[in-house]
Amino acid sequence: MTVRVVLPSHLRTLAKVDHELKLDIAETVTQRSILDALEARYPMLRGTIRDQVTQQRRAFVRFFACEEDLSHESPDAPLPDAVATGAEPFLVIGAMAGG
Amino acid sequence: MSRIRVLVGTRKGAFVLTSDGKRERWDVSGPHFGGWEMYHLKGSPADPNRLYASQSSSWFGQLIQRSNDGGKTWEPVGNKFVYDGPTGTHLWYDGTPHPWDFARVWHLEPSAADPDTIYAGVEDAALFKSRDGGQTWHELPGLRTHASAQSWQPGAGGMCLHTIVLDPVHPGRLFIAISAAGVFRSDDDAKTWRPINRGLRSEQIPNPTAEVGHCVHRIAMHRSRPNVLFMQKHWDVMRSDDAGESWREVSGNLPTDFGFPIDVHAHEPETIYVVPIKSDSEHYPPDGKLRVYRSRTGGNEWEALARGLPQRDCYVNVLRDAMAVDALDPCGVYFGTTGGQVYVSPDAGDNWTPIVQHLPAVVAVEVQTLP
Repeated sequence: MTVRVVLPSHLRTLAKVDHELKLDIAETVTQRSILDALEARYPMLRGTIRDQVTQQRRAFVRFFACEEDLSHESPDAPLPDAVATGAEPFLVIGAMAGG
Repeated sequence: MSRIRVLVGTRKGAFVLTSDGKRERWDVSGPHFGGWEMYHLKGSPADPNRLYASQSSSWFGQLIQRSNDGGKTWEPVGNKFVYDGPTGTHLWYDGTPHPWDFARVWHLEPSAADPDTIYAGVEDAALFKSRDGGQTWHELPGLRTHASAQSWQPGAGGMCLHTIVLDPVHPGRLFIAISAAGVFRSDDDAKTWRPINRGLRSEQIPNPTAEVGHCVHRIAMHRSRPNVLFMQKHWDVMRSDDAGESWREVSGNLPTDFGFPIDVHAHEPETIYVVPIKSDSEHYPPDGKLRVYRSRTGGNEWEALARGLPQRDCYVNVLRDAMAVDALDPCGVYFGTTGGQVYVSPDAGDNWTPIVQHLPAVVAVEVQTLP
C-alpha cells in the first residue's frame, strides 16, 4: 500500500520534504505502521511525533484523516480504507495552541 | 586579527553574529531553526567549529543540532533522553509528589578537551552526557538519585538543571545548579554529588537556610581560580572562595539583588557583572533603566554601566544564560534581552551598543573568540 502523509511545516523542514510524502506500507495500515515507516525513512523525526520509549503521541500532535480526528483511536486500529489506498492523506497536525 | 562569533538562542530560532576583533561591524546569520525555542547553543573549546544547539518545542519535543562548520550548516543528532532506572518523584508546585518527566535541554556544556564529549542539563533536573558528538545520550544518574531529590521543587520556569561548570583544574570536579534545588558538586566525574548551599538564605522556603531548595539562577567561575564561584540567586548575589563549601553575600550597593545572569571578566577574576532586575514578580530593570552592574572587587562594591543602554521606558529582562564574555583585550561583554536586543561592550562594560535590536526574545548568548 502506498500511503500519503502530510506533515506540519516544522517537521517538513526538519525532514527536508515537500508538503506531502508517500510511504509504502507492507502490513495493515495503522497509525503505528505509518509512524514506523515514517521514522525509518526520516530518523530525524524520531521523538517529534511520539515518545521514543512509550510510543505515546505527543500531547500537542493530532492525527486527522477523512475529516475525522483519529488521535484517540488505538495506534493499532486499522485506518480507513481511503487512507490505506492513498485516496485520502494521513494528516499529522500541530495542535492550535498559540505560539 | 581575532574574530568573534556570538551564538544567540531565542524563543523563535537561533542567530549567529560575527565580527572582527574591533567588534564594531557585525554580520547576522539566521534565523536557524525558525519557530523553535533555542534554549542554548555552545561551541566546543577543543574545536570551535563544532557547535551544539538545543532545539525545543512544546509541540514536537527536543532536538539536538550539531554543526561542524561554525554554524553554516547543521544536522540533527540524537534526541533520546531517557532517565536511567526508576525515576521516582520530586515535589510539584503544590508540594505533592510528581513523577520525573523529561521536558527539554536547558544547557549544553562541551568538554574542554574532546569535541565529541558534551554534557546536557535537562528539565526535569538531571545531567546527561554524550561521548559521540551527541548521537547518543546517557544519564549520569547519581545526581537525580541523590537522597534529597525527592524534596526538589520546580522554580517558575520548571525544575531545570540550567548551569554546568566544569572545573578546569581539579580532575573529575564539576558544579551544577538547579532551580529550585540549589548548587551541587561532584568530585568523581558525576558519580556522586553533594549539595553545596551553606550560607545561602532564601526566605521563600520553609527553612531559609535549608541544605537544598534554593532557587539558584546562575553560577560563574574564572578559569584561573576554580575555587572561587559567583552566584546570582533568586535574590542575593553570592560568592564562595572554597569551591562552594560556604557562601557569603556580596550584593553590597546593588539597587536590587534579584536577577538572572552573572559572569566574570575574561582577564580580571575579581571583575564580575550582573543585571539587576526589580523583583521576582516584576521582571524588568528598576526605573525603566537598563543597567549592567560591574564589581571590580569581587562583589560588594558595584558601579552602574549605562552608557549606550536605554535609560527610560525599558522593561525587558535578561535571562540566566543570556550573558557572556569574549577573550579579547579589552574584554568584550555581551547580553541579550527578552525584547530581542543583543548588546556588546567592547571595553569591559564602559560603553554598550546594540548588535541587533529586533530578534525574538533572547534566551541564551554564548561567545567564541576565534583565531
